[in-house]
Amino acid sequence: MKMVMGYVAGLLFGLGLAISGMTDPARVLGFLDIAGAWDPTLMFVLGGAVVTSFVGYRLVFKQNAPLFGERFQLPTKQDLDSKLLGGAALFGIGWGLSGYCPGPAIASIGGISLPLAAMLVTMVIGWFAAQRLSR
Amino acid sequence: MDWTATLQGLVGGILIGLSAVWLMGTMGRIAGISGIVGNLITQRPKGDSAWRITFLLGLISGPLLVMALGGGLGNVANAPGMVIGEPAGGVLLMLVAGFLVGIGTGLGSGCTSGHGVCGLSRLSVRSLTATVTFLVTAIITVYVVRHVMGGGA
Repeated sequence: MKMVMGYVAGLLFGLGLAISGMTDPARVLGFLDIAGAWDPTLMFVLGGAVVTSFVGYRLVFKQNAPLFGERFQLPTKQDLDSKLLGGAALFGIGWGLSGYCPGPAIASIGGISLPLAAMLVTMVIGWFAAQRLSR
Repeated sequence: MDWTATLQGLVGGILIGLSAVWLMGTMGRIAGISGIVGNLITQRPKGDSAWRITFLLGLISGPLLVMALGGGLGNVANAPGMVIGEPAGGVLLMLVAGFLVGIGTGLGSGCTSGHGVCGLSRLSVRSLTATVTFLVTAIITVYVVRHVMGGGA
């Protein structure tokens, strides 16, 4: 059952990215380019997603546990350490260079190109590097 | 302003929010792509991998379904009807960008979805800090590439 729930969640996410146009790096870079012809689309995507999950999470957290799990697994860290800040800063540079964050990069596999494939490979290498550095 | 693009952004955003709520309600998990997929690949957690694989398959099949349905539901800039846009740079640029995205989301424990969507809606200070940080460095990067160096992406 968890596999079905996971698939539905992934499908909803992928549909959302496709319909919102976030599978187009030009839209993302257009939003980040505040000195150019600014494209506000991403702001509405993030806004729609945050408001929906803000309301939805409140309904969900009224339950004692998830439907098919023992407990809600929420992050417990509170501190603003250099790993969080440094990691986020590096991620932002990569995002600004490519217009891809992990979701859209992976969701765009259906339209794979050589540059995207190259990015996915080094993204995975980056994940392994981060894991090694975190030990 | 392009109202169709805006409306599609809003509808897509709501779907992404529903995905996050669905994953929390059914599995008790944060819908963070770098966390779900990154941990699947680097750790292959026993008994906790199958749903990550099906999530990944769902994520990839979403845009394919929109393409199969047709009807111009994609929202690629300046190319109505297209669902998946072209990469903004060549292989070399993307190799660098990919590594930065991977190591950055790995160290920073999240990306646009985990920190940006799920974290902000939980009013997490860590996620707000991360989101502001990656937005600022991304905006500076695009500014430097497009307006200081000129051309490029």
